[in-house]
Amino acid sequence: MQKTFLAASAALLLAAGPVVSPAWAQQKSVKIGFVSTFSGPVASIGNDMRNAFELALDHMGRKMGGLPVEMIYEDDTLKPEVGKQKAEKLVESDKVDFVSGFIWSNVVYASYKPIVDAKTFLIIANAGETRLAGQNCSPFIFSTSWTNDQNPIAVADYMNQKGVKSVYLIGPNYAAGKENLAGFKSAFKGKVLGEDYTTWPSQLDFSAELAKAKASKADAVYMFYPGAAGVQFLNQYAQAGLKGSIPLYTTFSIDSLSLPRQKDAALGVISALQWSADLPNDANKKFVDDFKKKFGSEPSFYAAQSYDAAMLIGSAVTAVKGNLGDKAAVQKALEKADFKSVRGDFKFGSNHYPTQSFYMQEVVKTGDSYTQKTIATAEKNVPNPHAKQCSMK
Amino acid sequence: MTLFIEQCLNGLQFGLLLFLLAAGLTLVFGIMDLVNLAHGSLYMLGAYFAATFAAWTGSFVIGAVLAIIATLLVGMALEVIAMRRLYGRDHLDHVLGTFGLILFFDEAVRLIWGPGGLSLPVPAWLNRSIEILPGVQYSAYRFAIIIVTLAVAAFLYILVMRTRVGMLIRAGASNREMVGALGVNINLLYTLVFGLGAALAGLAGMIQAPILTVQIGMGENILILAFVITVIGGIGSIRGAFVAALLVGFIDTLGRAFFPQILVELLGRQAGSTAAPALSSMLIYILMAVILIVKPQGLFSANSR
Repeated sequence: MQKTFLAASAALLLAAGPVVSPAWAQQKSVKIGFVSTFSGPVASIGNDMRNAFELALDHMGRKMGGLPVEMIYEDDTLKPEVGKQKAEKLVESDKVDFVSGFIWSNVVYASYKPIVDAKTFLIIANAGETRLAGQNCSPFIFSTSWTNDQNPIAVADYMNQKGVKSVYLIGPNYAAGKENLAGFKSAFKGKVLGEDYTTWPSQLDFSAELAKAKASKADAVYMFYPGAAGVQFLNQYAQAGLKGSIPLYTTFSIDSLSLPRQKDAALGVISALQWSADLPNDANKKFVDDFKKKFGSEPSFYAAQSYDAAMLIGSAVTAVKGNLGDKAAVQKALEKADFKSVRGDFKFGSNHYPTQSFYMQEVVKTGDSYTQKTIATAEKNVPNPHAKQCSMK
Repeated sequence: MTLFIEQCLNGLQFGLLLFLLAAGLTLVFGIMDLVNLAHGSLYMLGAYFAATFAAWTGSFVIGAVLAIIATLLVGMALEVIAMRRLYGRDHLDHVLGTFGLILFFDEAVRLIWGPGGLSLPVPAWLNRSIEILPGVQYSAYRFAIIIVTLAVAAFLYILVMRTRVGMLIRAGASNREMVGALGVNINLLYTLVFGLGAALAGLAGMIQAPILTVQIGMGENILILAFVITVIGGIGSIRGAFVAALLVGFIDTLGRAFFPQILVELLGRQAGSTAAPALSSMLIYILMAVILIVKPQGLFSANSR
């Protein structure tokens, strides 16, 4: 038994070894691995990303540069160690050409090394781990989203403009939560009266933190709770009697997936994103309309970023005419970002993170439905702030 | 001071909610000697039933009552269909069997209600804050939870301590074989106890639904706390579960509320704010370890004289 196992492992090891595929070898298909969360309470985010990626493939005729596309979806179950295993499987045994997806900063940070070491391109569609944009940046890493601190900086700038003098911060105790609140603090000019980090993802009762926020008598509360936790936070905010008395600002806590459950609790809450469903450009209209037609729901920002990731990969494969063995050419083609982004103009900075604008959104109620309406442009065409720490120039 | 009172109320409310969950667990564990990991699934079902029935009937209270009855029935059916096969077997079989039930219920809920989760809005008359003491505003819904759970605790106390069924339950917790030997219909008693436990779990799930969430897998995290309470309070003891649940509720909430500040004072801003969430979530497990050292049977063991 043990011997069989040893032999099997040896065979696997050999199979996973560095089989150099000659550049002239005929590429038969484009293989894309997609790591996201498809089970548990946040599965709806993963599904939304998958739907958007599939929609983009439909829009490209399910072909890139004349080659059929082969998708492999993997579930990270919201755990960094699982994400890493899945990433290793994708590059070592499936030998994918691109890996995309990734919702969570801690998952992507655990998983990027095997992908990059295998000289496979990683197109991050959400997770905004700042180190991957700065000191750990790589020619093989691209992002169609942001870094965790960018959106909170936009919110803080907006609050500065509005003359908000003091704030209380609440966020989850993991990589993205800390980077998010740190980004906010770096830009907010008023006083930070207190900050709480809660156990992630298990703590869902915020009564102790909300009581402290109330007692601090801050002008505003800023929070960051992605996924289902955002629903709970807003409900409890209303029940604690804070809604209506202390304005609430947030990032990534309200989206088209959570809004149908947040409803009135989200009304008037202000957040910042680089994309919204009401941005007036042709690519966005097509994306939003077709998404609603095909899946019967509003696309979330996760979906928008995944759609862009698919379009970006498609543009690069087309530019190199399907010759994915030439990594340098693929990298050049990706850097050009020659596709129509749903956020309008799309350009990469030197660290492969987009230079983009951020818009403020407020939750409004029209008839029986709740939507996020763009109310202001917080920042116009800002480069990613971590490009300076990145060795790529 | 108002902050302290408010945090104490939060701790009390959380503790009482945990009590509902732990009471059923400790009864089933103590009387039937059954490790029921699927207790969290019944908690989940309670929340899903409440959200569905409240949407159908348009009334929160009617929805809640129907949900409790529905979970009671599901619990009794579950006992007859599945749990009966597990009695007298090894604890490992219980764990395997009931873990399988978790998967079954999660998938069943996904098929029936979809993966997205539901929402159960707080009724308008409770969705505000009230002044319970001069200067102390508190969420009306959380205050209602405190009152309802205290009433349930009193009901349980009377049921267990003052009625014939309760006498059998207590006897069953102390010595199951003897109760059976004395000619008590032990099957019926087991079905009733399991149903009661299920109804309590369902009530807990229904009560927390408007505050937390109604989604697949919601019972798993909180079940860990319920087991901690069962261990601290002593297996099979309702009184132990009550005391332990309040202890855990207070320590968890007050720890989260005040521990970070203390740590920041001691360790400085950076280290303190990093360590605080981890350490404050460890407090209850430290409490459990200490109690296991001092009283290995738990605070109020049903078996000890």
